[in-house]
Amino acid sequence: MKNKFRSLSLFLLLMLSIVLVACNTATKEKEGGTTSETETDTETDTTTTETQENTPAKPQILVFGRGADSVSLDPAIVTDGESFKVTQNVFETLLNFGPQDTTIQPGLAKTWEVSSDGLSYTFTLEEGVKFHDGTDFNAEAVIKNVNRWKAGTAEDFYYFNSMFKAEGTDIITDVKADGDYKVIFTLSRPQAPFLKNIAMSPFGIASPTAFEAAGDAFGDKPVGTGPFKFVEWKRNDSITIEKFEDYWEEGLPKLDKVIFRSIPDNSARLNALNAGEIDLADGINPSDGKGIEANSALQLIERPSMNIGYLGLTNTRKPFDNVLVRQAVNYAINKQGIVDAFFEGRAQVAKNPMPPSISGYNDEVEPYPYDPEKAKALLAEAGYDGAPIELWAMPVPRPYMPDGAKVAEVIQKNLEDVGIPSKIVTFEWATYLEKTKNGEADAFMLGWTGDNGDADNFIYTLLDKDNIGSNNYAYYSNDKVHDLLIAAQSETDENVRIDLYKQAQVIIHEDAPWVPLAHSTPLLAAKAEVKGFLPHPTGSDRLLNVSIE
Amino acid sequence: MLHYIGKRLLHLIPVLLGMTFIVFLIIRAIPGDPAQVILGQQASAESIAALRDKLGLNNPWYVQYFDYLKGILTGDLGESLRTRQEITTEVWPYLAATFELAIFAMILAVIIGMNAGIISAWFQNSWFDYIAMVVALVGVSMPIFWLGLMEQWIFSINLGWLPTSGREEVRDPVTAITHLYLIDTLLQGRFDQFVVSLKHLILPGVALATIPTAIIARMTRASMLEVMRSDFVRTARAKGQKMFIVIYKHALKNALIPILTVIGLQTGLLLGGAILTETIFSWPGIGRYIYEAIGFRDYPVIQSGILIVAFLFIMINLIVDVLYTVIDSRIKYN
Repeated sequence: MKNKFRSLSLFLLLMLSIVLVACNTATKEKEGGTTSETETDTETDTTTTETQENTPAKPQILVFGRGADSVSLDPAIVTDGESFKVTQNVFETLLNFGPQDTTIQPGLAKTWEVSSDGLSYTFTLEEGVKFHDGTDFNAEAVIKNVNRWKAGTAEDFYYFNSMFKAEGTDIITDVKADGDYKVIFTLSRPQAPFLKNIAMSPFGIASPTAFEAAGDAFGDKPVGTGPFKFVEWKRNDSITIEKFEDYWEEGLPKLDKVIFRSIPDNSARLNALNAGEIDLADGINPSDGKGIEANSALQLIERPSMNIGYLGLTNTRKPFDNVLVRQAVNYAINKQGIVDAFFEGRAQVAKNPMPPSISGYNDEVEPYPYDPEKAKALLAEAGYDGAPIELWAMPVPRPYMPDGAKVAEVIQKNLEDVGIPSKIVTFEWATYLEKTKNGEADAFMLGWTGDNGDADNFIYTLLDKDNIGSNNYAYYSNDKVHDLLIAAQSETDENVRIDLYKQAQVIIHEDAPWVPLAHSTPLLAAKAEVKGFLPHPTGSDRLLNVSIE
Repeated sequence: MLHYIGKRLLHLIPVLLGMTFIVFLIIRAIPGDPAQVILGQQASAESIAALRDKLGLNNPWYVQYFDYLKGILTGDLGESLRTRQEITTEVWPYLAATFELAIFAMILAVIIGMNAGIISAWFQNSWFDYIAMVVALVGVSMPIFWLGLMEQWIFSINLGWLPTSGREEVRDPVTAITHLYLIDTLLQGRFDQFVVSLKHLILPGVALATIPTAIIARMTRASMLEVMRSDFVRTARAKGQKMFIVIYKHALKNALIPILTVIGLQTGLLLGGAILTETIFSWPGIGRYIYEAIGFRDYPVIQSGILIVAFLFIMINLIVDVLYTVIDSRIKYN
């Protein structure tokens, strides 16, 4: 017994001394370092890199800190932005979006032609492009990808189904090759946003050899033509991709390696950036913006806004089945006050269900002013009985809504001022979405970030009666709006199309299915040395031109 | 002793059966069709039928339970709906991360907590006693979120001593063998990486150890005070034994049983994964794994995660029970 006790205490002593030694070496390095900024940066690297800081031989490694891990790296089957953030750099699409907008640019296809009836699209492909596994990129590869998407189920291939299928039948009826480098898509009906749809991250072209061999496991070992190839995935921790040496665009990418690190807490992520452990951080709280701007070692980066945060009023539930009550709530809420207080001014007050950057935005719509008296009058006219409502607040910060719970408190007060008593309710996020989808909420906070910069992706997706039970959480249904939106989908004349969307926005404004709150500008921060990072409004950033100086 | 352990293991069988049955019910207790709930409103009839088949929901419940038990015994925990990977292989890195952190935190908690408790009891009503017990009270009620961010701010940003978060320096990643990085780095002879991994453990370890340290300190003090009033301590002192020996050898041994109970319970809790600590320090542990599975309605993962955590808890209890007999040979179970 005596011996056991002695060895136990020896062991404990040993552990304690290891801890002390570790602390000690850290202190020594601190003393040896020059300034605390560079010191923490290189502290855990080997000391040789510190001395060679300015030589070009130093590998260019970017550590990108973000809020969550990816679900899968097969872009065709995922729906979460954190997956696309990685796949956008491993895969490439036939067409690209502009660096910071959603204009159509060449991608794997150098040129494209549309037939006059809008039913046939011909893409001419880049030649000499290779997948990371050495497979040639050509017309056959594109066809195999499209056939894979078409064969997939609606749950697995969500984006393909929502973009290129109408009630389960394919809009892309046929894809065929014309030689090795020409692909012709035939559609069953004209689709105005076809090119924008095909440029979305889910339609990245994957190596047919790789996905045929991997089957369900393709999401763990993705192979595309992109500037970076997949290296390693430590789940819930980090994903590493490295430069693809045979990338077809000369001299790109500039970085040797990109490491995506999941750091779930926003403040902890900023701490990691301040300590030099990461180079770029996503999801910066608006309240931290000023501090970052004042810090010369860091730069604040604004992502161009393409979102909407709103207060949905479930149109089938009392009292919001009455349009007068819905309009009254629009008058009752002080939107400017909310933007000033919680977005630190980094947002624009919303009046339409889509942001102004999108073609078809109707700027002639007059916003509902903040007018509690008018709201009270409307409520009286509607015969609202003062029955209390539930006000649902989202439990997690989103790019379009940094602090759901606090904004809900302001809305609660605004509603109380005009005589609508409300109780704030919240659920865990998945439950929250499910319950609102089922129409169980009275008034609820939600939002949307655009996928492809098309008006259809906002108005039809969020407010058409076809999408009740899906993304139309407010259960808004108006046949006139529906007719306009369906006409717009297959209208190929851009001006006519814009006019159709403008008309729809006027009706939606009158019907007031929501209170549109704000179009926010999501914030990122980076070390001052990070150059060439252009955040994309869709949230999927290409890191092709990023470098560290 | 062996006889006793054997008996305890036999007693485990009904406990484990009960536990698996409760976990088994998790999916089956969903109102309505579990397959529908898991896949959502838009799911097609075929995919619902396919999932029902995969989860075996078409069989009578006892067949399902038997199949489930058979799966567990053969190491088959099912497949994650989200990642489509075998849970048995997927779960280990998370478990290893939690294991490393929890053990590290418990070592800190035991060393600091027990010593603080012993010294407080030894010098009862001294300034040390007062300060230690006030600190322990604060520690028990410490908001870990705040503590974690403060640690990062002081030790990482201002002093630059320790990394804020994660398990490794991602620019120089550890090649995982066992996924216990302290062991992996030593196996590969990378002492530099060992030190880096250890440094990554310190901040989350301290945050995680705060509450157990405080609880252990309070329990140790209370238990020691009781023992130190007993006759044999007075006798030992009267014989001229040094106070240090009396306390650390004679008294502590007799005070150890309740302390050990608390240590066991706290270890079990920490092995369950501490979501707050894992979130602040982006530690890829079992707590966040289960928590995220909840967000994705990944029922097989939730089920297996709870099963593993519950199993660990039971095992720790078993170890504690065995240790009782080691410490006090009067304890015999019949």
